[in-house]
Amino acid sequence: MDQLINGLYGIPVAGLIFQAVGYIVDQLPFLSHAAVAISIPIIFAALCGVVCERSGVVNIGLEGIMLTAAFVGWVVGVVATQFLGHGDPTPLFGFTLPLIIALVSAVAAGMLLSLLHAWLAISVRADQIISGTIINIIALGLTGYLISLISQSSPKGAGSFTPLAIPQNVANLPVVGWLINAVFNQGPIAISAIVLTVVLQILLFRSRWGLRTRSVGEHPKAAETVGIDVVKLRYRNVVAGGALAALGGAYLSMELTNSFQPGMTQGRGFIGLAAMIVGRWTPLGAFGAAVLFGSAQAISSSITFAPPTGSLGDFMNQVPPQLFDALPYLVTIIILAGLIGRSTPPAADGQPYSREAAT
Amino acid sequence: MSVAQPPDRSLSGRIRAAWGIVALPLLSILLALIVGALVMILSAPIAGKPVDLGLPLTAYGALFQGSVGNFDAIIGTLRTTAPLLLAGLGIGLGFKAGLFNIGAQGQFLIGGIASIAFAQLVHDMDPLIAIPFALLGGILGGALWAFIPGVLKATRGAHEVVTTIMMNYIALSTLSYLASGPLKLPLSPQPVTAGVGNAALPILLGRDGHLGILIAFLVVPLVWFLLYRTTRGFEIRAVGANPDAARYAGMKPRRLIILTMSIAGGLAGLAGAGNILGVNHQMSASFSTTVGFDAITVALLGRSNPVGIVFASLLLGAMRAGAPLMQIEAGVPVELVDVVQAIILLFLVANAVLRRFFRLRGVSANLGTTETMTATYGSEAIR
Amino acid sequence: MTTSPPAAASPPTADPPPSSVPALEMRGITKRYPGVIANDHIDLDLRRGEIHALLGENGAGKTTLMNVLYGLATPDEGEILLDGKVVDIGGPSDAIARGISMVHQHFMLVPVLSVAENIVLGLETMANRVFLDLGEARRRIRDLAARFGFDIDPDAKVASLSVGQQQRVEILKALYREARILVLDEPTAVLTPQETEEIFVLLRRLAENGRSIVFISHKLYEVLEIADRITVIRRGRVVGERAPKETSEDELAELMVGREVQLTVDRGVSDPGAVTLEVDALRVTDDRGHPAVREVSLQVRAGEILGIAGVAGNGQDELVEAIVGLRSVAGGRVTLKGKDITGASPRHIHDSQVAYVPADRHRFGLILSFPITDNLVLNRYCDAPFARGIIRNDEAVLAEAKDNIAEYDIRTPSATAPVATLSGGNQQKLVVAREFDRDLALLVLDQPTRGLDVGSIEFIHRQVIAKRNAGTAVLLVSAELDEVLEMSDRISVMYRGELVATVDGRTADKNEVGLLMATGGKAKPDAEWTQPIDRGATT
Repeated sequence: MDQLINGLYGIPVAGLIFQAVGYIVDQLPFLSHAAVAISIPIIFAALCGVVCERSGVVNIGLEGIMLTAAFVGWVVGVVATQFLGHGDPTPLFGFTLPLIIALVSAVAAGMLLSLLHAWLAISVRADQIISGTIINIIALGLTGYLISLISQSSPKGAGSFTPLAIPQNVANLPVVGWLINAVFNQGPIAISAIVLTVVLQILLFRSRWGLRTRSVGEHPKAAETVGIDVVKLRYRNVVAGGALAALGGAYLSMELTNSFQPGMTQGRGFIGLAAMIVGRWTPLGAFGAAVLFGSAQAISSSITFAPPTGSLGDFMNQVPPQLFDALPYLVTIIILAGLIGRSTPPAADGQPYSREAAT
Repeated sequence: MSVAQPPDRSLSGRIRAAWGIVALPLLSILLALIVGALVMILSAPIAGKPVDLGLPLTAYGALFQGSVGNFDAIIGTLRTTAPLLLAGLGIGLGFKAGLFNIGAQGQFLIGGIASIAFAQLVHDMDPLIAIPFALLGGILGGALWAFIPGVLKATRGAHEVVTTIMMNYIALSTLSYLASGPLKLPLSPQPVTAGVGNAALPILLGRDGHLGILIAFLVVPLVWFLLYRTTRGFEIRAVGANPDAARYAGMKPRRLIILTMSIAGGLAGLAGAGNILGVNHQMSASFSTTVGFDAITVALLGRSNPVGIVFASLLLGAMRAGAPLMQIEAGVPVELVDVVQAIILLFLVANAVLRRFFRLRGVSANLGTTETMTATYGSEAIR
Repeated sequence: MTTSPPAAASPPTADPPPSSVPALEMRGITKRYPGVIANDHIDLDLRRGEIHALLGENGAGKTTLMNVLYGLATPDEGEILLDGKVVDIGGPSDAIARGISMVHQHFMLVPVLSVAENIVLGLETMANRVFLDLGEARRRIRDLAARFGFDIDPDAKVASLSVGQQQRVEILKALYREARILVLDEPTAVLTPQETEEIFVLLRRLAENGRSIVFISHKLYEVLEIADRITVIRRGRVVGERAPKETSEDELAELMVGREVQLTVDRGVSDPGAVTLEVDALRVTDDRGHPAVREVSLQVRAGEILGIAGVAGNGQDELVEAIVGLRSVAGGRVTLKGKDITGASPRHIHDSQVAYVPADRHRFGLILSFPITDNLVLNRYCDAPFARGIIRNDEAVLAEAKDNIAEYDIRTPSATAPVATLSGGNQQKLVVAREFDRDLALLVLDQPTRGLDVGSIEFIHRQVIAKRNAGTAVLLVSAELDEVLEMSDRISVMYRGELVATVDGRTADKNEVGLLMATGGKAKPDAEWTQPIDRGATT
């Protein structure tokens, strides 16, 4: 219960950000929407981190898993469209058959790649950071290699999911209207991020899976002695985490945009890890921190999209645009350095487990 | 626990010991090349080409030709090797201290742009002054870029894997700002810096065998000496192997972490400076490179050992130097090198499986003192 | 995932086999690790309702045997029979399902979880298919605790419990699983004599209830007191079986060690000189900032041993770490031979003729992957002759190592072998060699013999006495009350961060000291106390 309340501290953090965002929402009309949109992959990455690390496996490969899922989602969409045609998108969210096939493939690819990480980290007992680095290099190399082969034929994508339309009178509500609009004027993957955060928070602290996951991440030997299969649980969690990260990747190439560029995750996986640390390894906390980091990034993109006018515009014109580009990374470092002393990782985080090793 | 054998001093014993060290890397490289060949064959239809079993031969042939096929190619290989060697030495040094410095990329870029900034101050002075000054600028720039994550790790416990990656992105913005602002070539329509004047490194060999290559290779014995012959090196290795025991023994892990990160950054910065002063002579706002990430492979493949890193950087340097010819002659994208790299590492890390499969006995599996890296992940500040 | 209800775990109750069949029989169990045979054809049988002691030195193979029984280690040879039937135990869940439970030497509890969560873990009571029903679990735990006379709050965090309470949680865990066979691995190692008595009462009650108990220990008087039967193992083999009535401590000791042993060291007479170490109103906090040492004052004179007795986790580690400079001091003063060394660096204190043997040699004392040579100069690597300026002198280091290896009888094939290849006893001898091999004003020892074999313990004790006789002041911290009683000239008892009493080492009464350790000599604890973080122990 304590942990549950502990995790809730992410809510005021997130609330504060939304308020701050709301304050300048008139000046930068796209900011609130962009903040949520840009936060989504970071949220997924952070959730992946929570699910993996709560069971004791460090997964810095989630950047590569996201990238691979983004690539697979896009490519499968292209291929499926060639065979099945576009079809009629559903009115809600714009589902089409090729898009759904693509999404499923993206998630499967993410799970497959995280299975590789799980194997290296759990069975081979390799250093988990090195293993994650290998995942990242494989993902960057393979997607880069394949995209440069594919782009020789410049194919057409399968389109993307469409956002939920918020009725204008709801969006115009005082105080909360902009918030509802920002949060729910999103596509299906983005909305699932919000739902999954809440679900995972409850599961982690209330379910059998959650109890076992936490015990394995803190003291695997103790879990083993009461009959819990540490290896199996860690495999499951890492692969499930892969599915979460894959959703983040699919969001980038199938919902936020309709294209794939090499390296398009741009370090969001690593920012997600930072969000997980700042959020104290709880889904809600990680969500709050991810929105904070995402908001920093949103400033840059919303300025490019619609340069502000008036005194805010004058001020922003004084600042080199590169500063805004660097802002999310600066904010991540500063918050990480400021909060980390009070954030304790699971005790067995990053340590390979061997049943017969000396205690 | 196995009982250690006293070293065998006979010739066959030495050969066996040497084989024990190189067997795994060699096997990993060979297997990775085979996997790379499979990738080439199987991916051909994606680009609308027929499956061609001879493609790997053509591609690897071109890769070989482009890297060591003639004198100029060899010099080209050395030219791409030099920055990998320096940055790899830095990352390897970090590994010895239990630090995973993924930030060589940013440190390389900042080293490059700092060397330009310094070079512009002295561009009309005698090269004997201008060159060392500009190189120093690169070292300082790279060291600063690694010093920040070092301090954050030592005093705040912020893990360097996250902070150095963030520093890489901040480096991109910084470079872009400097190249389109303060250091911009006046009147140029493109965001590109002015040249380096007299700080340009002289060509010593062939068409472009510049002084920086020589410097890179001269740094190897220095790093080796630091690590294995000095008390400071002993401290660095001790902190990497067991920070608690190091503190107990009167060493200062905080300072050593900051120092090691700074040296590692300085080496990556020198790599950047050498490359800019020796090859590019200027930087555009969108300057891109793969040195920082290749150097991670170099350090792991070389097992953090300076001598091993020399061989690993030569391999990666040759692959990078030969890749463009491979793309031209065989139509295989240069990114294949990344794939092969990753597979090498994969086999290297999964060494237990390799050893069982190939029945390699007495082959050392130790990848260097890397255990502590994840152990300190996200932990509290070091005392 | 399905959970088998605990009732299904004990089919034998339905049809009890004749009581002549042992509850458990292990036949010819052999377990090899690279380079060592941990168990060599061990036979063991356990009757119903019996307390069977397994006696042996540290490293004799007791724990390995029980790990085999519990499915944590796979034997290379041999078979296990329960109620006369051969069974295959593939993992702890098999063992639990067959009614075997184990209380490990290092508690298998998750500190951040509550008592109830720890107890139900692996056998959760569910509200539905997904969510836990901890309310039901709490009820059952309270019932069970009441039945066996425990007082425990199911919602307390395990980290906030005392060591004795944690052990009770471990036993509750076994009872919750309806264990018929209970294995306790060195259960008294961390307890006070009074707590030990309480556990013994409980174990007897459990045995009367028909449960069979394996009691692992290396303490002779304990097994004589509690056991119905004693099996002694040495170097992985059974070397004898005795009934407590027919044997003596001396015989058991000889069986256990393989030679005649003197059970106590001759500490001789001390001749205390001037005050060497003076600690005045020292205050120290633990890693989380909670007070761990409160206003401790003590004096150690040249040529005397001051022993600090106390249950582990009462601030002893923090006290010595503050004295040797590894932990910052929140208040008070430390003086060495009249010089203020409060807050000085570890190196400065080391250079002031202070030696320190840390509690956890793997974490603090040694770098396991480094060779013996480097470890022997770990805190003198930058002094002459081991370094000239900043350049290391490998020849001098090697020469020193060869001297130390000979003098301190460190068994190793080579001076450059990694320390990880040495046995625990030899590793500790290495630490002792490094720390003792010079003139010392003060010697600080924290758990100097934990987990060692009798030979190594004797060796280290003799070295400590020799240092004291040479005029060194010795501060000895040990959770082993026997060791403190045996070695110290004076004994101070540490309780919740305070020194609550000091008694003469020669006349000290074990029960009196034990009571002070357990209660601090107070009817009711007066201060808030959070257990310092357990940083894991070396085995």
